[in-house]
Amino acid sequence: MTTAAQVHTGSFSGQTSIYLPSLAEILRTEQLTKMEKLFEIKFKNGKELGHQPGQFVEVSLFGIGEAPISVSSSPTKKGSFELAVRAVGNVTRALHTLDRGAPLGIRGPFGKGFPVEEMKGKDILFVAGGIGLVPLRSLINYTLDNRSDFGRMMVLFGAKTPAEQLFQDELSRWRGSKEMEYWETVDRSDGQWKGNVGVITTLFPKVSLDPKKTVAVIVGPPVMYRFAILEAQVKGIPDDQIIVSLERKMKCGVGKCGHCQINHVYVCQEGPVFSYAKIKDLKEAI
Amino acid sequence: MTFRTVEKKNFPPFIDSLIQATEVVGVREKVEGKYEFAPLESSSQLALDYDVTLLSPKKFLFPPLETLMKFQISPTVSCQPVLESRPLVIVGIHPYDIKAIGQLDRIFADANEDGHYLKRRQEAVLIGVDIKRASPYAFCKSMNTATVQEGFDLFLTDVGDSYVMAVGTKKGGELLERHAVSRPATKEEIAKREEIQEKIPYKFSLNAVTTPYEELPRLLAENSQSKLFEELAEKCFSCGSCNLVCPTCYCFDVQDEVALNLSEGERFRLWDGCLLDGFAKVATGENFREDRSQRIRHRIFRKGKYIYEKYGQHGCVGCGRCASACLPDIANPVEIFNRLKEGK
Repeated sequence: MTTAAQVHTGSFSGQTSIYLPSLAEILRTEQLTKMEKLFEIKFKNGKELGHQPGQFVEVSLFGIGEAPISVSSSPTKKGSFELAVRAVGNVTRALHTLDRGAPLGIRGPFGKGFPVEEMKGKDILFVAGGIGLVPLRSLINYTLDNRSDFGRMMVLFGAKTPAEQLFQDELSRWRGSKEMEYWETVDRSDGQWKGNVGVITTLFPKVSLDPKKTVAVIVGPPVMYRFAILEAQVKGIPDDQIIVSLERKMKCGVGKCGHCQINHVYVCQEGPVFSYAKIKDLKEAI
Repeated sequence: MTFRTVEKKNFPPFIDSLIQATEVVGVREKVEGKYEFAPLESSSQLALDYDVTLLSPKKFLFPPLETLMKFQISPTVSCQPVLESRPLVIVGIHPYDIKAIGQLDRIFADANEDGHYLKRRQEAVLIGVDIKRASPYAFCKSMNTATVQEGFDLFLTDVGDSYVMAVGTKKGGELLERHAVSRPATKEEIAKREEIQEKIPYKFSLNAVTTPYEELPRLLAENSQSKLFEELAEKCFSCGSCNLVCPTCYCFDVQDEVALNLSEGERFRLWDGCLLDGFAKVATGENFREDRSQRIRHRIFRKGKYIYEKYGQHGCVGCGRCASACLPDIANPVEIFNRLKEGK
């Protein structure tokens, strides 16, 4: 006489809410560009976020709401984590008014991160467009901190203008780094810029790589994927070695609210990181 | 499953006894010919010969607006979950709505347990009833929802002078024992119940999906680029009424509200709909299902493919509420499925 109700709801003890954030506070902020600000955050109870590179959290400002934000720091950095946030919506604009010591709520980490275990031993081509550097920085710094586990690091970064380049201190270290090969471009020069001008796809011909042992990790605005994936394919990189992270409206983060779905896929559960092989047949994905 | 019989003269006292003991919701006539699930004050208000209700009883398990937590902003920031629930008996649920609730049970318990739903659900008792009159829009035979043999605590079949009650759970049996004069059903009564239920699917013969239940996912997969979705989009208002009345739709939005004292507030969720324009729109302005045709396709694929592939049961239970709620008359799944099958 077991009914569906007993089978499916029987185990729930009934005291907790998956929507309840943990309290956290801002340790440090840094204005990265006109639109983006970095927040270093620590849980009030001292626990670690315990994320994988590529995962996201739901940031709560009580009275304003919640927004899904990619974690920008590497899990190798302990004691706190970093979010780099563009002021575009209600929550993110309010977040930008906050500074050190301000309280907020955090839920997560959520979703599937980059497949770091499968990437070990491989050469990695990182392709970041604009704000796509925010989640990719988590992986780049993770790779740098575990450098011997990986082959070549090749980083391509494109921004609209020099002023919109994020993490400029880190970029200047990457430019001269022996740990990685770094190429950058801007869509529009500001007159002072001495480097490449053009969209990110113009950087691909500068790179020579072994497609069999290379994983391409591509993160950028929605419009960038189609073109950047095509460039990776032209290089001969197989679809299951092309990794992307997709933006969607992750309202609840726990696979219930429905807003992030691509066809039948809940991006907050099965993504935001996907191999291109997995999503190329999803009509609405790219 | 055991069966017990309640004589018809003993049925109103059963309901009235329940009403004395706990909160009871049942089917009532709201205006002439239109029914709703609403609190019962007396057994006389119960209308068990209804065709369909405006909204499903989902609204009592997953309310249109529900507080998830309370928070304080000053002097210090804190937050506490709100898990509201109380014992509730829902009387007169048709099989399609019982199946819809069973689906919600699985979805809200899946992977991350949604305590807000589950706690309320665990305190609810579901009493089902056979469909006596078919709504003109319903197509329960096609969706295997004209009858149901599980997912309820009690289920009533009118066998003439009495109701045969299928006892689905221990909770249902106890309720019957405490509140009703009943006796074990006879073999003849159980046979009569089966005979009645066997005929129920045929009440829906005039409104049928031409593709077999198990083949709907393939039909949709083969027609994902059909021009039909664009044709329907030309008439669609993006009003979300089809989502609003659907017994299996469970998408929601989350919002905060600050009290007038500006020092505390609540976070609540409210029903949302994938047909609404901004459903998949992110803060940067990108809308991942900007075209109405994409949103119509998404809804139909949810109802006839995605949910089935995950849970083995279609998201559409054939109640026909969307078809009757849609002002431009384009939401009817029967017409959409059948037109896709015909290739026009």
